[in-house]
Amino acid sequence: MPGGRESRVKPASARRAAPDFELKDGDGKTVRLSSYRGKVVLLNFWATWCGPCMVEIPWFIDFERRYREQGFAVLGVSMDEDGWRAVKPFVSEVGINYRVVLGDATVAQLYGGVSALPTTFIIDREGRVAAVHQGLVSRSNYENDLRELFESPSRSTGARAPGVPAVAVGAR
Amino acid sequence: MLTAEPPHTLIAKRNGRAEARIRLRLRQGYHVNSNTPNQDFLIPLRLSWETGPLAPLEVIFPKPEQHDYAFSSKPVSVFTGDFQVVTRFQVAADAPAGPGILVGKLRYQACSQDTCYRPATLEIRLPYEVR
Repeated sequence: MPGGRESRVKPASARRAAPDFELKDGDGKTVRLSSYRGKVVLLNFWATWCGPCMVEIPWFIDFERRYREQGFAVLGVSMDEDGWRAVKPFVSEVGINYRVVLGDATVAQLYGGVSALPTTFIIDREGRVAAVHQGLVSRSNYENDLRELFESPSRSTGARAPGVPAVAVGAR
Repeated sequence: MLTAEPPHTLIAKRNGRAEARIRLRLRQGYHVNSNTPNQDFLIPLRLSWETGPLAPLEVIFPKPEQHDYAFSSKPVSVFTGDFQVVTRFQVAADAPAGPGILVGKLRYQACSQDTCYRPATLEIRLPYEVR
């Protein structure tokens, strides 16, 4: 499996704002990325026909369960052309515990086209893109990224987010 | 990523049968799912033809390769490199004599070792001549 153990998190000064968007979830509710400000967000573009995505999704389910209370959220953006007809049964079958929205060409364009899946953006608490992973990488890549962001002081508070331990994720 | 060699002109006799061979080339390091993927969620390779004086009887794919990939716990049924897809046509008894173009659509979904690409459609233009 490609990918090493090093974090790919960019220095804060090199991060750019994650483009904001509004998309609908499976209940028809509008989800706005900017409403996640203050949290570390794992924004995952995926599809039900994507084999490598199937490997990562169980990791994300675990991350969501373990770190939700620590100011973290996964947001899945499905790029399935068949829409909810394909996505809803999959979400139910796999037991996805995080929010999933249906992507569109406009949002894909905002994020560089997203021609390849999976593509995952790690977004810091200030809403900036801290790391990008295209294709299947190792679980430790994500854990290292998240650990670094969890340990980073929030610009707004100058401190770690409440309840976030110094080492929040995985084994070193 | 997936390209088709321009097919030769198909000579089609009225009320007869004709066979078209489509030669395909996939970029090195990539694969497409075969026409019979091993897992339900994978998108199979499909070739369909527009209606015309040549009616497809059968589309014949090569024997798939079984490859191991990091993203799958079991071998994946795929095509790689150069391969051919054959279509057998029935030529209509009242097909007008002369040349024409039959348009086919090859629907495929390609991946590399660690990345998948959105499903795409390759248009195949098959020149034919009814005699």
